[in-house]
Amino acid sequence: MDVLANLALGFGVALTLKNLAYCFLGVLLGTLIGVLPGVGPLVTIAMLLPITFGLDPVSSLIMLAGIFYGAQYGGSTTAILVNMPGEVSSAVTAIDGYQMARQGRAGPALATAAISSFTAGILSTLVVAFFGPMVGHLALEFGAAEYFSLMLMGLVFSAVLAHGDLVKSLAMVVVGLMLGLVGTDVTSGLPRFSFGIPELLDGVGFTVVAVGLFAVSEIVLNLARSGPVEVFAKDVKDLMPTWADIKASTMPTLRGTALGSFFGALPGVTASVASFSAYMLEKKLAKDPDRFGKGAIEGVAAPEAANNAAAQTHFIPTLTLGIPATAVMALVLGALTMQGIQPGPQVMTTKPELFWGLVASMFVGNVLLLVLNLPLVGVWARLTQVPYRWLFPAILVFASVGNYSLNNSAVDVYLCAVIGVFGYVLAKLECQPAPLILGYVLGPMLEENLRRALLMSEGSFTVFVTRPISLAFLAISAALLAAMVMPAVRRGRARATDDADAG
Amino acid sequence: MKTRLLDNRDFLAGALFVAIGAGGFGIALAYPFGTLQQMGPGFFPRVLGAILVGFGLVTIARGLRSGERVEGGWGWFPLAMLTVSIVAFGWLMERVGLVPSLVVLVAASAFAGREFRWGEVAVLAGVMCLLSVAIFIWGLGLPYPLFAFEFGP
Repeated sequence: MDVLANLALGFGVALTLKNLAYCFLGVLLGTLIGVLPGVGPLVTIAMLLPITFGLDPVSSLIMLAGIFYGAQYGGSTTAILVNMPGEVSSAVTAIDGYQMARQGRAGPALATAAISSFTAGILSTLVVAFFGPMVGHLALEFGAAEYFSLMLMGLVFSAVLAHGDLVKSLAMVVVGLMLGLVGTDVTSGLPRFSFGIPELLDGVGFTVVAVGLFAVSEIVLNLARSGPVEVFAKDVKDLMPTWADIKASTMPTLRGTALGSFFGALPGVTASVASFSAYMLEKKLAKDPDRFGKGAIEGVAAPEAANNAAAQTHFIPTLTLGIPATAVMALVLGALTMQGIQPGPQVMTTKPELFWGLVASMFVGNVLLLVLNLPLVGVWARLTQVPYRWLFPAILVFASVGNYSLNNSAVDVYLCAVIGVFGYVLAKLECQPAPLILGYVLGPMLEENLRRALLMSEGSFTVFVTRPISLAFLAISAALLAAMVMPAVRRGRARATDDADAG
Repeated sequence: MKTRLLDNRDFLAGALFVAIGAGGFGIALAYPFGTLQQMGPGFFPRVLGAILVGFGLVTIARGLRSGERVEGGWGWFPLAMLTVSIVAFGWLMERVGLVPSLVVLVAASAFAGREFRWGEVAVLAGVMCLLSVAIFIWGLGLPYPLFAFEFGP
């Protein structure tokens, strides 16, 4: 069996002392920062990214992945204890997790979250191991037209699934695409939108965009908002869930894993969609749906499993197609590109140790996460009490030094400030940043593939509809958009995204 | 319900999109458009700019019809303070070295919050300097002076 041999290769890479150490460090730092209230995985990764630049590609990818699921898990802890999730995906967990904490059952809620995440992590890593190569194989057939249509589909997904107005989300995609054009045009060598600033010739750095758009604007939003936050950190005892808890959460965990694995593999679909659908599914299946929102353990297990499963399967499109599924994956992809690796179907054959090392490290990382989290939950709980007035200057410090270090230049720091203002204004106008950042990352690839497809078809757009795979992607995108315009679906979507937001 | 244009959420968003789209389109006019078969560097930006203007106009129209307001007040003060602190950090980094720049960043940004306590901010600045020096200078070996004085021309 091919997969087994490859997994053996992967474990050979992941279990070296060095990579084990980086995996551990990543998971630890990720959890440590992710657990801080108001700091989501995206900001965590953007802040910690410079630390990984000095490592070799495999180690840096392993560490980044560790940071990612560490941060994701840390966010759930915060969601349960403080009801202040760092990202939307944990917001779903907060609905019932926080209620459990208020009823003095913070311990079992945290343990259930940890166990569900672990189970989902292991199972979905198997999904990555089996389906990743298949997707990669399929993608070898892809030409420029297929890539263009696939990316277009990802962008449409990200706009459709973003919370809020569809037209504004689509517009945000376009703003992102335009932002991605800044820099030297690869074909003609002409600098575009660089305003004579030499630092802009290489484009706007992705950590600059991510930090400005997410960290800076988020901090201003938090500072302008008021209201005390209830914390239940003192109540964390009796960690172990009861037998009844475990029985009640087993099936939800498995169903959440399945949903999460599926959604995670689609480009443009964020983990929050996965965790929200898992939550809704459990609510539908439950004998007494009334318990949901009042501390139902299924409401913690299912979204946590979905969340974590999606976090792993996001790596399938990112690594095998070179198309990042989400903003976080865009950062990972950017980091790889900086390391001189062009993710795509070739990665599997030219750099098997990278892909399989990562897959193996996911197993290792999930074990580490469980080992780290169950005993240390008290420490994490205390961290959630760090006052925000200490946190946000610290976030700014790491983000700013990190941005400065990109080019050893203050220009990136200034840019980050400008994008922060821009991001804040957009956030107040209820324009979602997630579609923008996906557009920003895909922009150059989208243009390149459009150009190549048109070059080969001698300027005829029919190439996108005569090739069956490309046509399928376009048809799905068109169907999605058409469905969104139908009033019934629109109302349902508004209700769904509002519910997720209310949590 | 009549909403002032400056409070009208979608009107403002749409106007912003139109401005970005039109601006991008205008700048891209200077780049060769090429043909469909040989897309020039001006092709994609112009198409995107035009699409964005379209989305912006739709958003403006919706804003005028629904009249929804911007929710909550604008946090101009924290926004300005944070922006100033970040810009000051970048400017100072190239002139006085890492430690003083960090102190300014921490103090100025902390001032943006509603609870500002001198003692706490001093401790926080100290801890941040230590951490940054440990991680970025010793750990990652970045070549920044801790203190400097370079106000050249």
